[in-house]
Amino acid sequence: MSESKIIDACNTFCPGPLMELITYMKQANVGDTLELLSTDDGSAADVPEWAHKAGHEIVSNEKIGEIWHIKVRKTK
Amino acid sequence: MRILVVGGGTGGTILANQLARRLVDEIRAHKVRITLLSDSDRHMYQPGLLYVAFGQIAPDQLYRDQASLLEPSIKFHVDAVTEFHLDRNQVKTKSGKTYDYDILAIATGARIVPQEVPGLSEGAEEFYTEEGAIRLHKRLREFQGGTVAMVVSIPHKCPVAPVEAMFMLHDFFKARGIRDKVKLQYKYPVNHVHATANVARWAKPEFDKAGIEYETLFNVREVDPVKKIVYSEEGTECKYDLLIAIPPHRGMGMIEENNLGQGGWIPTDRFKLTMNGHDNVYVIGDATNIPVSKTGSAAHFEAEIVAENIASIIKTGAPVREYDGKVYCFIEAGYDRATYNAFDYINLPELKPPSKAIHWFKVAYNQLYWTTVRGLL
Repeated sequence: MSESKIIDACNTFCPGPLMELITYMKQANVGDTLELLSTDDGSAADVPEWAHKAGHEIVSNEKIGEIWHIKVRKTK
Repeated sequence: MRILVVGGGTGGTILANQLARRLVDEIRAHKVRITLLSDSDRHMYQPGLLYVAFGQIAPDQLYRDQASLLEPSIKFHVDAVTEFHLDRNQVKTKSGKTYDYDILAIATGARIVPQEVPGLSEGAEEFYTEEGAIRLHKRLREFQGGTVAMVVSIPHKCPVAPVEAMFMLHDFFKARGIRDKVKLQYKYPVNHVHATANVARWAKPEFDKAGIEYETLFNVREVDPVKKIVYSEEGTECKYDLLIAIPPHRGMGMIEENNLGQGGWIPTDRFKLTMNGHDNVYVIGDATNIPVSKTGSAAHFEAEIVAENIASIIKTGAPVREYDGKVYCFIEAGYDRATYNAFDYINLPELKPPSKAIHWFKVAYNQLYWTTVRGLL
């Protein structure tokens, strides 16, 4: 059964939000959705670019207040 | 009050020493007892491995006897913990003993798991172990020309190490007079040459200046050690003559075996540094799942906060401060220049131009570490 998980990478600079997301993505099962929370505006472009190249699906990408909420589904 | 520290690396040793100093009177009065359990009687200065790989530090200089680093009031046992029973405030050890505690601190660190990437163990060198660093140094000395590729797995300890290693490789081959025969290729898993934006902004033009080629969004999928090709998850590949890998890491096996955290990373409150759901269990250093660098520097600053809080709880009944995400890491920019990366949860790192002075401070710190780990600096 697929799961959802929130990864709170707000206010982190090293190793940074995308590294955090990839760490958890490696542990996730195909079909799982991970929601990355990030205060780094760079995440809004960096995460979709990585997901596209790695073959994962961007479910949503929106800024609520100061925080980016980026949902990615593991597809392989 | 029984305080049990599990793990004799940077975080555990600093924590135990600082507690012993802050609680001198309580220990003398037999109101507090501090016990440290480690799986080794030796303590390694892990950042020194990079220098071993380049022949700048002898491997035996990385070690001290663990007992010699500890305050005499600390009960130290070389006895690896095999079972955590958090529900009854107990751990069990390899020797079959049971240790009860009132406060537990877990500082068990991380380990490399190159075997998780097919072909990586056979096809790549690394400098995250003593054996690996020595072997890499021999390979570098024998290397006569061709492509040296660096690949970086996630997650890994010391996020600036791959950048430092590239600059060191550049200077190493320059010193040998064969830099023009060596193609240096750097493959990095995220969109920029470093995960921290300001480090990437600094490193990219420095790579250009040094003639270091780079490819981003390269997550290692597999290595073919026979054909000498490394393949990425993103569908690209790189032919190499010498492959250096930053291997993937996990927390220690017994953390996973005891179901304390997926991947061996223990769910930890990023401010209090307590294990989620367990107010009397602290977690510091690489063993946490908090989103800061897995480095000795983070472990050091976390240990100071936890020591201060535990001592304060014992003396006054309340903790005094929270961890603010502070990390300070030197970044070697070659053989004779360095800069540093200092940040916390609020403040971005602002890199200074590399200088000889910072490099020499780093060289000095390689010795000063033994003062830090004793809880003095």
